Amino acid sequence: MRFQLRRIVNRVMNGLAAASAFLVVLPLLLILAFLVYQGASSVNLDFFTHLPKPVGEPGGGMANAIVGTLTLIGLAALVGLPLGILGGVYLVESRDPRLPWAVRFLADVLNGVPSIVVGIFAYTLVVLPMRRFSAVAGGVALACIMLPIVLRTTEEMVRLVPNSLREAALALGIPEWKVVLRVVLPTARAGILTGVMVSIARIAGETAPLLFTAFGNRFWHQRLDQPIAALPLQIFAYAIAPYDDWHRQAWAGAVVLIALIFLTSLAARLATRGRVRGAR
Amino acid sequence: MSTAIMPNHGEEAGQAATGISATRPGRPAHWGDQLFRLLLRAAGLSLVVLVIAICAVLVWKALPAMRTFGWRFLVTSVWDPVAEHYGALPLIYGTLLSSLLALCLAVPLGIGAAIYLAELAPMWIRSPIAFLVELLAAVPSVIYGLWGVFVLAPILRMYVQPALSRTFGFLPLFQGPPYGVGMLAAGIILAIMIVPFIIAVSREVLLAVPNTQREAALALGATRWETTRIAVLRYGRSGLVGAILLGLGRALGETMAVTMVIGNRPEISASLFAPGYTMASMLANEFTEATSNLYLSALIEVGLLLFAVTVCVNALARLLVWSVGGAVAGGRE
Amino acid sequence: MADGMFVRRLRAWFGSMEVLHGIDLAIAAQQVTAIIGPSGCGKSTFIRCLNRMHEVVAGARTEGQVLLNGADLYAGDVDPVDVRRRVGMVFQRPNPFPTMSVFDNVAAGLRMNGISRNGALADKVEASLLQAALWDEVKDQLDKSGASLSGGQQQRLCIARALAVNPEVLLMDEPCSALDPIATAKIEELILELKRRLTVVIVTHNMQQAARVSDVTGFFLMGELIECDQTSRLFTNPTDQRTEDYITGRFG
Repeated sequence: MRFQLRRIVNRVMNGLAAASAFLVVLPLLLILAFLVYQGASSVNLDFFTHLPKPVGEPGGGMANAIVGTLTLIGLAALVGLPLGILGGVYLVESRDPRLPWAVRFLADVLNGVPSIVVGIFAYTLVVLPMRRFSAVAGGVALACIMLPIVLRTTEEMVRLVPNSLREAALALGIPEWKVVLRVVLPTARAGILTGVMVSIARIAGETAPLLFTAFGNRFWHQRLDQPIAALPLQIFAYAIAPYDDWHRQAWAGAVVLIALIFLTSLAARLATRGRVRGAR
Repeated sequence: MSTAIMPNHGEEAGQAATGISATRPGRPAHWGDQLFRLLLRAAGLSLVVLVIAICAVLVWKALPAMRTFGWRFLVTSVWDPVAEHYGALPLIYGTLLSSLLALCLAVPLGIGAAIYLAELAPMWIRSPIAFLVELLAAVPSVIYGLWGVFVLAPILRMYVQPALSRTFGFLPLFQGPPYGVGMLAAGIILAIMIVPFIIAVSREVLLAVPNTQREAALALGATRWETTRIAVLRYGRSGLVGAILLGLGRALGETMAVTMVIGNRPEISASLFAPGYTMASMLANEFTEATSNLYLSALIEVGLLLFAVTVCVNALARLLVWSVGGAVAGGRE
Repeated sequence: MADGMFVRRLRAWFGSMEVLHGIDLAIAAQQVTAIIGPSGCGKSTFIRCLNRMHEVVAGARTEGQVLLNGADLYAGDVDPVDVRRRVGMVFQRPNPFPTMSVFDNVAAGLRMNGISRNGALADKVEASLLQAALWDEVKDQLDKSGASLSGGQQQRLCIARALAVNPEVLLMDEPCSALDPIATAKIEELILELKRRLTVVIVTHNMQQAARVSDVTGFFLMGELIECDQTSRLFTNPTDQRTEDYITGRFG
């Protein structure tokens, strides 16, 4: 009798667990389906090539926002990638007693800081002294978000390089710095690339830190010390506005943004296909 | 995404078990090596400096507001930019309530899904679902917000909220006009957003439980669920709490999606239907409107508060998650 | 009392690789049967087929019959969960539940089976710990974590935990390989005591241990049962040349 009860409980709990898994995946599929349904029809050539039209006029596109996002990613990568990769290498190759622990801990702290707070930091550091919103400020904010991601994944990937490789190179009389640059890093190249792409996918979608750094722009930016448009910013601005046409364009922008992010994530996964990742 | 959350093997060994430093102890003689080491150290240091700088800048800029309002800032409900009276209580309330609501929805689903993926699912289904969960985590906040405004809010306003009113309307939780946007919408959207993190970390925690524990339970004649309950969940419980806290940390700092569906009114209300405000969404809405120095300083103080809370929650969470990895005697397998 | 286990034409696979090629073996009740053989010969797989633990691994399957008291454990209507209660197992590395106390570890199986009254639990826990020759050492420390005991004590705790659910057969997969000689000796003493009540099947890579402890010994090689005989006869006068080669150490 008791045994029957245990079997029933087993079935029920297993069922609940399976149900949770499917329930969790459902919103994603719903959202994606809705996104495509609403936005796909509006994604046309105009969207990619035209600037936003003045308020009230239908049509126009988000060309400047797309270019703006790419520009901001480029600016962020300029600072975030070298510091992140070198920092990750530092964590693996260094002999310092305490600093690596602090770096690792603070990188995780930085990872958890809300992106809007990072935006405040960039505002204070860049926007206030320059007295204007700018692409540079946006780039700084995004770099701060990108840095810990690149750093930790680089560390993981470099740590996976077997010591025997380093020893073989050292035994040939090659100085340590050459061993790292010419042997270790190339071996870990695919994994580091994955980390880079994951971080790009992440900052491409960030809106909050750009609200008061890059600020957004309805036109092309002329210089990097001016406000610049970005895809997520534009989506946000259009979504909360009262015009139907703008809503339609917001959906289109969302489709383009999510396509960009998913493709980058997919590429990141493919880069490490077949490689051993950490403990699993 | 979350593999960076579990500790690296090198950390636990104290001294690095990999890297040049493991292969050749002693000081580098080559000048190229010394330069390189300096460069690496500078990169590592830059991160430390950055985090300290963020902290310092926040405190420095928030100081005027802190000096003016003191502790009352945390308990006053008035937020009046015109009269320059700033009290953050509605923001704190809104942040906590929306995050709590999100946890209530996301934790059972998330841990249930993690159990399914780690213990129960047939092999062929694990990868696709894990992949879909990762995709869920990659969707940007603003897109969730977009969906929330145009799909979720209308559904809540037209179907769900009236239904809740009819059946549970006697509870203060479900009273008031059905706007659609409001605390309930924010809680639901936050739940959808944090569930992938809870699943990912919980799954790693569960997979870290050594197989010998499962075998011990099975050999006693336990059913699959009993094995999960006795051997796996108990063993990994501190890690699971850590996963929940990580989800909380994310929910506290989430900005865009919440801003778009919470209604943006700094009021405290008992009803889930009412609009509210969170710390992050206030920053998003009002930062560019700040006209006076005190206004800006008050906003930055809110940012500092948010910073402090999320850092503490995340630090605690990581400690708990790491403890499952190897602290238990004889647990390593 | 039970009339022992009979293994008939048992075959086992991991995926497409066959690791047991048709084993026929009679395991006498209330005796100790030892299974010896070199690494990779299939002895662990064999013992795991006796309590249907083998099929837990993804892609693993079995064919054949394992009869306990005349009934086939692999029959279609038999629940493996029930089999595992009746045929208990102790593993190579002691695996007490570290988040539970000594008491809770032993009680784990009992609680699952619905015994929850404190009085009844306490009695059974004490009885099992006595049977496992651990009671005197832990009777004042029942609240301590299961993982805080020494290696040998942990293994005896696992034995007590397995005994608590009243199995008819106890399977032991190299139970002493992770223990020091003194702890090993204690467990070997325990096995000789246990066989009065249960049937014991022990896998060991230590031939001297098999000679000390068992009544019957079976020699496995490459997934086949080469020879099975009274222990004394197998070690002094083996029938098969391969058995003799293994015993005399010509290969290992």
